[in-house]
Amino acid sequence: MALLNEELQGQLKEVFSAMKNDMTLAVFTQKGACYSCEETISFMKEIEALSDKIHLETLDLEEDSERAKAYNVEMVPSIVMLDSDKKYRGVKFNGIPAGHEINSFIPGILEVSGSGEPLPEEFTAQLESVKKPVNIKVFVTLSCPHCPGAVQKAHKLALENSFIDAEMIEAQTFDEISNKFNVSSVPKIVINDQYELVGNQPLEAFLEEIAKTQQ
Amino acid sequence: MDFKLDMNLGGQFNKSQKKSFDKNAFYDVLIVGSGPAGLSAALYAKRKGMRVGVVSNKSGGQVVDTTSVENYLGIDFETGEGLIEKFMHHVDTLDVPMLKDVDVKTFEKTDQGFDLVLGREERLKTKTLILATGSKPRKLGVKGEDQYLGKGVAYCAICDGPLFEGRDVVVAGGGNSAVEAAIDLAKIAKTVTLVHRSAFRADQIIVDKLSDLENVTIHLQTQIEEIVGEQLVSGIVVRDKATNETRTLKTDGVFVEIGYLPNNQLVEGKLNLNDRGEVIVNALNETSEPGVFAAGDVTDTPYKQIIVAASEGAKAALTANDFVNRGNA
Repeated sequence: MALLNEELQGQLKEVFSAMKNDMTLAVFTQKGACYSCEETISFMKEIEALSDKIHLETLDLEEDSERAKAYNVEMVPSIVMLDSDKKYRGVKFNGIPAGHEINSFIPGILEVSGSGEPLPEEFTAQLESVKKPVNIKVFVTLSCPHCPGAVQKAHKLALENSFIDAEMIEAQTFDEISNKFNVSSVPKIVINDQYELVGNQPLEAFLEEIAKTQQ
Repeated sequence: MDFKLDMNLGGQFNKSQKKSFDKNAFYDVLIVGSGPAGLSAALYAKRKGMRVGVVSNKSGGQVVDTTSVENYLGIDFETGEGLIEKFMHHVDTLDVPMLKDVDVKTFEKTDQGFDLVLGREERLKTKTLILATGSKPRKLGVKGEDQYLGKGVAYCAICDGPLFEGRDVVVAGGGNSAVEAAIDLAKIAKTVTLVHRSAFRADQIIVDKLSDLENVTIHLQTQIEEIVGEQLVSGIVVRDKATNETRTLKTDGVFVEIGYLPNNQLVEGKLNLNDRGEVIVNALNETSEPGVFAAGDVTDTPYKQIIVAASEGAKAALTANDFVNRGNA
């Protein structure tokens, strides 16, 4: 069943007309038991059809294990956004970005296509000192109105600094990892599996926790 | 899980907005807050021909967290977010510039009116101000509440409810928000126990709906004394007010829905507040500072309801308009 009705399709086409460059949605699934893989692929096909600049690539977690490794993909479904040079920029969604997460997914497409707004200088200056790998997990539920804001911020940081990898994790689909990190309130932000934030925190708070990983 | 999309097109993707917020303009009125009070004020002010701008940090205010709204005249059912989207859309048709996700630090009186001081010391100039900063969830104030925040203690049932699928949860509170949250959680959780220290304040119509649910237990006249657990919440200690006996109820989650506290950080020390910290306003929404008006949950106006906030916002805008027209500013 299509997720996008005609009205939404029209609105999104207009939104995507602001895309600067091409981008690719690399979607990882797996044969056999995979919750929402089928729905995710069909949803991504709907998105691909809305702009000539959006390309879709379907991959298998096992068959394409090298690429999965390159993008740090460990669960399915997972959507990796690649820029016009097919380069991974640290922007990833684990689980179907439906519900409220459409509001982080669409800006993600625009950002990876190069049409995002630049970060204020004070933040970019701070980010320059990040020189060790940082992984940001943002746990969400699809019914959470504040979650997309946190996901967008994490992705923005990843786009600004190549050492940062940022991923949305839909907590219900991936309950095992959610339980591991005691997720009982969303958005929950976990940095390098160690430092935690709860709530849609300002960029300053992200940077403060990231700084702890650089010592 | 049934997938659907909750797309919010009002703002962030809309790059081709006609109106952009002019930070150097001299406004007739600046409205702080974009919940029902702020948006209604914006609509009325704009229609009066005022130069108006809206400044907010949490777009849409508290209503966004509300599962369902069934008591707004003319709208028999809408989600909190859906209702705000309608409000936003209505205001958008009038091209009211909005500055979103900004931190408002304070305001200062100037010769011509007021400066609204934002984070990073940016200043916006205006003749009058309407404060519609709303409220934030009130905490229980019991031992364990802060310790288990995000580890079983939650303040947003629609956000965190899905994480408690098939588990036992407690809802603290007896007003409409608490009962709505309990009804909603009962669809996901194994059991829901509503605990409230006195009698129900919620509308009878939804109390009846809650009472009909099989997996819901209700404890009234019951005080929550402590939230206990290890890594995560495992229970609450409650005291029965009639017998004065305490006991522990096992639970995986505690959803706190016991009302709200005014967001008054901006005005503390600048306006007269009542003992609950609410901005004191008169029937014209005037505060103790001429030229500064307030509306909605941040004020001492009784009954924190969406329709009340919206009507208060309208009044505040009309008073601000009169104030500017009289040449007071």
